[in-house]
Amino acid sequence: MSFFESLRERDRVFDFMTPQASTVDVRHGPILYMEDVTVSFDGFKAINKLNLTIDDGELRCIIGPNGAGKTTMMDIITGKTRPNEGSVWFGSRHNLLKMNEPEIASLGIGRKFQKPTVFEALSVFENLELAMAADKRIFPTLTARMTGETRDRIEEVLTTIGLTELRFQPAGILSHGQKQWLEIGMLLMQRPRLLLVDEPVAGMTEQEMERTAELLTRLAGKQSVVVVEHDMGFVRSIARKVTVLHQGSVLAEGSMDQVASDPSVVEVYLGADDEEAA
Amino acid sequence: MTFQATSSRFWLARPFTERATQLFLGVLFAALLIVTVLHVAVPQGSALHVNAYTVNLFGKYLSYALLAVAVDLVWGYLGILSLGHGAFFAIGGYAMGMYLMRQIGDRGTYGDPVLPDFMVFLNWDSLPWYWLGFDMAWFAFAMVLLAPGLLALIFGFLAFRSRVTGVYLSIITQALTFALMLAFFRNEMGFGGNNGLTDFREILGFNLRSSDTRLGLFLASGVALALGYVLCRAIVTSKLGRVCVATRDAEARTRFIGYRVERFQLFVFVVSAMLAGVAGALYVPQVGIINPSEFSPLFSIEIVLWVALGGRATLYGAVIGAILVNYAKTVFTGVMPDAWLFALGGLFVLVTVLLPKGVAGLFSHLRRRDSTYSREASA
Ligand SMILES: Nc1ncnc2c1ncn2[C@@H]1O[C@H](COP(=O)(O)OP(=O)(O)O)[C@@H](O)[C@H]1O
Ligand SMILES: [Mg+2]
Repeated sequence: MSFFESLRERDRVFDFMTPQASTVDVRHGPILYMEDVTVSFDGFKAINKLNLTIDDGELRCIIGPNGAGKTTMMDIITGKTRPNEGSVWFGSRHNLLKMNEPEIASLGIGRKFQKPTVFEALSVFENLELAMAADKRIFPTLTARMTGETRDRIEEVLTTIGLTELRFQPAGILSHGQKQWLEIGMLLMQRPRLLLVDEPVAGMTEQEMERTAELLTRLAGKQSVVVVEHDMGFVRSIARKVTVLHQGSVLAEGSMDQVASDPSVVEVYLGADDEEAA
Repeated sequence: MTFQATSSRFWLARPFTERATQLFLGVLFAALLIVTVLHVAVPQGSALHVNAYTVNLFGKYLSYALLAVAVDLVWGYLGILSLGHGAFFAIGGYAMGMYLMRQIGDRGTYGDPVLPDFMVFLNWDSLPWYWLGFDMAWFAFAMVLLAPGLLALIFGFLAFRSRVTGVYLSIITQALTFALMLAFFRNEMGFGGNNGLTDFREILGFNLRSSDTRLGLFLASGVALALGYVLCRAIVTSKLGRVCVATRDAEARTRFIGYRVERFQLFVFVVSAMLAGVAGALYVPQVGIINPSEFSPLFSIEIVLWVALGGRATLYGAVIGAILVNYAKTVFTGVMPDAWLFALGGLFVLVTVLLPKGVAGLFSHLRRRDSTYSREASA
């Protein structure tokens, strides 16, 4: 099976056809472009004519009440869910709707899921090792050796996420916050162009939240970061531009202060939040 | 347990630098040597003499141990609970059995130079096509690897591509081995039906009834176990092995970071099936028969119990489990044959309650206590 498939994958057979790391073309505008995207589950439109653009190097926060479609939006970008209508482009060259999950991941879109999933039986170091951008076919993986370059890259990311001390510990013993950072580190190992981070601070302590805000702000610029978050305090502490999602489409967009004073936002989001609190 | 980064060594050579593997190989080869010496050099009357029957029994345990290692590779490290590995074992065994049948030549009851007795009995006038080539050792031995490997490839391809995992996969592996058992029971299949293949005489020209051949098969089983163990160790200590563990614990996540999980599963599953086939091929000449009962779903479940008792995801635990349980079985069935299944069930419950990580878990627990102690002592 894999032999015939590898015959079809000529770009993997011939080196010169290997896609270069920087094929993402952002000269003509945004790094992510979603237009009129609609997804329905049994007739229910979880995403409804959604339009969204993210600029290269931007740090964007997406907020919205539960069920607004934030997670579904990330599912679409990463190829997990196929929209019924619309188009999704990564740079001006890659049509994400024509790619599968691993292809999209190898293009440089990294995603942090809501629930932290690290490989608990493996050490922090090994978690990062597996996540690294590398030839991920069977035999190269079987015969892979640890080079100095790899080690340096892993150490660099360990420093960024602040887990250097814990690198030989199994990931299972990390605290909730540390797992979230490890997951972000795993994304960084793939040198992503775009990071999608789903509710990173849910369940974190104040201190951990602060460090997370710091980490995400530091990451923006080198890569584009999209953060979905419920916690308004946290969003306020990092946000430059905020998009409010409601019933599967964009309700408002702008700075935190702008959207917070938008009457429709106050009605649907903050209203819903109050209900939740009640 | 401890941290292992992929070293710069060639992947197949890596296990030899591990303490645990060195210890395992040391104990295994010492055991092979001791049994050989006690069998050959100690005179028969002596209390220390190991007779041919016992050598043969140990050889059988060793082939079971290899089978258990194969199961631990997929269950322990990949999280695939195969309840059908007996099928790969049996197919490897049948490939060997077909070779041994054709070695009989015209010395069978009916004296046909080509056809095995059961075919003459069924009034067949020529060999079915799939029996061709099995008179040649190299071909038959290649089939020992290729036939189970091919079955695992097809089965695994279909299962993993459709992302069948967990308990559903376990159930269809049971169905697979059950279906094969029913098929092999049929005389028209051409594998001797109910009775299977038996009455073997020689292997590679050596008389199967001589005690030297039995010793040779015992040693071959030991060497095969050592090689299989090192191969599995090399796999699980490689980056691929860590991808397997990652798949076991968080499959979707592994897929998401760019590994084609179904291909890794397929690769390891096929390797494991081939090892099981080799185990079967070593088993058959030592017990002198292969019949469809090796396909029985119960046998496949028993293999998993050996691994669970010995300790999952350690490889050496599988070896310990296979040998201990089968030794217990030999002793027990001698005393109370009908109660064996109850004893096995009881043993399983006992170990699950007292030693959730199996016998191997007990070892590593003791070692950890030991090292904590020595660290405290030196501090
Ligand atoms: N696979 C699915 N099948 C059916 N409905 C779904 C599915 N995924 C999400 N939904 C629904 O779509 C809506 C949006 O969900 P989601 O994107 O998870 O919201 P959010 O992350 O903003 O809280 C919810 O009403 C949810 O129940
Ligand atoms: Mg969500």
